[in-house]
Amino acid sequence: MSQKHKIEVALWGGLKPFADGNDKVEVEAATTGQMLAAVIKKHPALEDHIEAGVSVAVNGRVIASSLTEPIPEGAEVVIIPQLKGG
Amino acid sequence: MAFDEAKKDFNLIGTRPARPDGIDKVTGRAQFGADKAAPGQLHAAILRSPHAHALIKSIDTSAAEKAKGVKGIVTRADFATGLKGEMWNKLENVMAGEKALYDGHAIAAVAATSALAAKDALKLIKVDFEVLDHVTNVDESMKDGAPVIREGAAGPGTPEGMHPNVVGFYSSGHGDVDAGFADADLVIEDTFTTEATHQGYIEPHACLAQMGKDGKGEVWCCTQGHFNVAKVCGHLLGTEASQIRVTASEIGGGFGGKTEVFIEPVALALAKKTNRPVKLVMSRSEVFRASGPTASASMDIKIGMKKDGTMTAGRGVFRLQGGAFPGAPGTFTAMCAFAPYALENVSQEAYDVMTNRPKQAAYRAPGSPMAAFAVESVVDELCNQLGLDPIEVRLKNASREGSKASFGINWPRIGLVECLEAAKAHPHYSTAIPENGGRGVSCGFWFNHGGETAVSLALAEDGTVSLSVGTPDIGGSRASMCMMAAEELGIKYDDIRTTIADTATLGYNEISHGSRVTYASGLATIEAARDTIKKLCKRAAAKWGIDEDAVYWEDGFAKPSGPNAGEFEPMSLTKIASKMGATGGPIVGHYEATPEGAGVSFAVHIVDAEVDKETGSTSVGRYTVIQDAGKAIHPSYVEGQFQGGAAQGIGWALNEEYIYGEDGRLQNAGFLDYRIPVASDLPMIDTVIVEVPNPGHPYGVRGVGETSICPPLAAIANAVSNAAGVRMKSLPMSPPRILKALDEA
Amino acid sequence: MIHVTTTINGDETEFVCDPRETLLDVLRDRLSLTGAKEGCGTGDCGACSVTVDGTVVCSCLVLGAEAEGKEIGTVEGIATGEDLHPIQQKFLDHAALQCGICTPGILVATKALLEKHPDPTETQVRYWLAGNLCRCTGYDKIIRAVMDAAKDMRSAA
Repeated sequence: MSQKHKIEVALWGGLKPFADGNDKVEVEAATTGQMLAAVIKKHPALEDHIEAGVSVAVNGRVIASSLTEPIPEGAEVVIIPQLKGG
Repeated sequence: MAFDEAKKDFNLIGTRPARPDGIDKVTGRAQFGADKAAPGQLHAAILRSPHAHALIKSIDTSAAEKAKGVKGIVTRADFATGLKGEMWNKLENVMAGEKALYDGHAIAAVAATSALAAKDALKLIKVDFEVLDHVTNVDESMKDGAPVIREGAAGPGTPEGMHPNVVGFYSSGHGDVDAGFADADLVIEDTFTTEATHQGYIEPHACLAQMGKDGKGEVWCCTQGHFNVAKVCGHLLGTEASQIRVTASEIGGGFGGKTEVFIEPVALALAKKTNRPVKLVMSRSEVFRASGPTASASMDIKIGMKKDGTMTAGRGVFRLQGGAFPGAPGTFTAMCAFAPYALENVSQEAYDVMTNRPKQAAYRAPGSPMAAFAVESVVDELCNQLGLDPIEVRLKNASREGSKASFGINWPRIGLVECLEAAKAHPHYSTAIPENGGRGVSCGFWFNHGGETAVSLALAEDGTVSLSVGTPDIGGSRASMCMMAAEELGIKYDDIRTTIADTATLGYNEISHGSRVTYASGLATIEAARDTIKKLCKRAAAKWGIDEDAVYWEDGFAKPSGPNAGEFEPMSLTKIASKMGATGGPIVGHYEATPEGAGVSFAVHIVDAEVDKETGSTSVGRYTVIQDAGKAIHPSYVEGQFQGGAAQGIGWALNEEYIYGEDGRLQNAGFLDYRIPVASDLPMIDTVIVEVPNPGHPYGVRGVGETSICPPLAAIANAVSNAAGVRMKSLPMSPPRILKALDEA
Repeated sequence: MIHVTTTINGDETEFVCDPRETLLDVLRDRLSLTGAKEGCGTGDCGACSVTVDGTVVCSCLVLGAEAEGKEIGTVEGIATGEDLHPIQQKFLDHAALQCGICTPGILVATKALLEKHPDPTETQVRYWLAGNLCRCTGYDKIIRAVMDAAKDMRSAA
């Protein structure tokens, strides 16, 4: 497992009130799972939302559910609602 | 997972072989959900609520129990207790608890020696209802004083102070939309509505179930996801998923509607109670009243544009009606709405609203088609008023690799510009618009999905292959799986047989949804074949006495990798397989993963329509679908998805709608009154397959099944509006609505 | 119960049924001929199409008892031994089915069409098949398969 590094995580607007008014959160992580855990630790009010299911975009690639995807240094990371299909 | 070097030289991929299940399907031999029978089986029927909203004060089954042929009756009391969250919602929908929440909600079920006896017995069940006020319209349901469907159903993030029927909220965006509107030369703001439509699969839900007192059960059913059926039945019956073996029958259409579980737990409960196999088949009217229609929507859109066609800002508010349970796809509606456009200033918010209607179910790109209808209508009107070409304007503002999506991500490699260029170059776009007609153009977008996937590929001694996948084949996917396995192994297409394995035979597979099958099961098939090849090379290496790394696979043969590896006659798959018992045992390749590289896809549709201003009826003339498939494995079935999505979209745009009476009851629960397109309604549907490879799949595949229904609502609305000379803001554009719009213009 | 003697795909067949049972119920549940499908039970979808004395009908609208003395044709009787009928082959060649639930009814209706009108126009085909709903294909490939089968059958005739 690679070393944790600083990641700036963008949230969707509706999550701002649960992240103390921020739409960006800075955490240390190397994978999607570590990143989400660190975001919850920083803003516990986000736990319900994240546990209800979210997807993560890393450099534009949408990771629907995996918690083990590596996040490279300098990657653009965005939390989006969980994607499913019909 | 990224496949930087997508494979490009193919033998089989891109050809059009006959599907492996073809002969069964043209001779009547294929077995669908209702086609199986078990010795000693009973037939079941479900009693459904005639009320949109009512307390169930008591259910008296005593007379029905004594009726001729009746062997067992179940009510909510026969299912698990103590469920929470999603599974509680599922049980509540499968069999009503304290309240009937919509017209058609299941109240009780009977198993009898014949279907007629079961139906007769339903009439003898006495239910004491206390009828409550109801609400079926999304905007009404959000208002103060609207009847409350259920307190406390709201999900996290739902704004405080809203009506309890509002159960979900999403908002996102970037930039400064007000500044963007101030910067525009023209701003158009309007409200649009779409009605609920049904997926309209021709095969009603059907299953055959048996279950013993020990909780071990078997189910045969038509479903998009049999592993999910096992999981849900396990929860609802208070047993374990692995004790219920589910086999997926051939499936007569799903389109998202067969991702839900409705009748299988009921059949299992009856089977357990009677100790007999139970067959349960929905009637068409039950399908309409109680299985998933799509959400209906009410949407406010505002877009600003400069004279040169640059879009300066976009705002959307989306209210989605999802029936009596949380889960309307408002979030996706909002995320898809402005996805085709690289907007500096954009904001979108969505509300998920409950009403006294059946729980909405996914329907092909859930949430996206209505969003495209609203946004693309406004874009079309802006183009009209500013005198701009609709494709040029879309090209000017198109999302492309690196541009920021409306929902916050930076786009990876996407194919929207390629689709728009192909649309512009298509002969359809340069032909004259028919007199009295109008032309409509629209973009559409869907995410696509990967999902949990397990595949197993076993060799037979004669060198043929049995491929087991866990994703029900809803549109010809077994052909594509055979092609991908044959391509990798270098053997004949006909030497592979693909089976949809039951839940006891393979690891968990997510539902066939999200346009994921050719992508995810395809990726897994390719990886399982590569795993098999490794094992084949190892056997050849052992035979030759060389290192396995010195052996490679080409066109169905193991070969030494160069002069240093030694000189050996290439060894065929058949030869290795014929000796596998004595050289290490059976050769089976497999792959289990959750592939996370599903590529999004865009489409552009062009349609010409004529409107008869006296009768208000519309005829669809020429229709062209242009869509990015990444890589088309079997082009005929890709075209089929394009055409099928377009046809469903035409129905949604022009005819189809759930019509509720003042009493809250569905008034058109049959194909006569809920009219889906018939052969004489439609033209040929031209297709153009654009291939911008998806780096997340070894061959570049993107899902194709859903995106095709995203543009047609808007494309047809634009064509009809341009033909009629009046902007159509409500779907369906049935003759009465068109006449009304013409009257008011 | 009613006793009925009829001919199905050329074979003399006997069955008993409830007076309320439809021909479709009888075919599927009593005779295990499940090729005809029930999509609606009200004659709107055509998935249960069979021929009765050569005329295409929705078998869900015919009572089992009405089969007495009639010649019934179902999808199971279209092929000859292992040889597919040209329309069956063309449906495979043109990928004219996705899920395949409407296919038996459409094949029964198409066979009757081409026996009556060997050289139909596209419009004729579309109106003849307007009673057979397909939700998957948008009809494009079905119409092409029927036109192509008609052409081949004419040149073979």
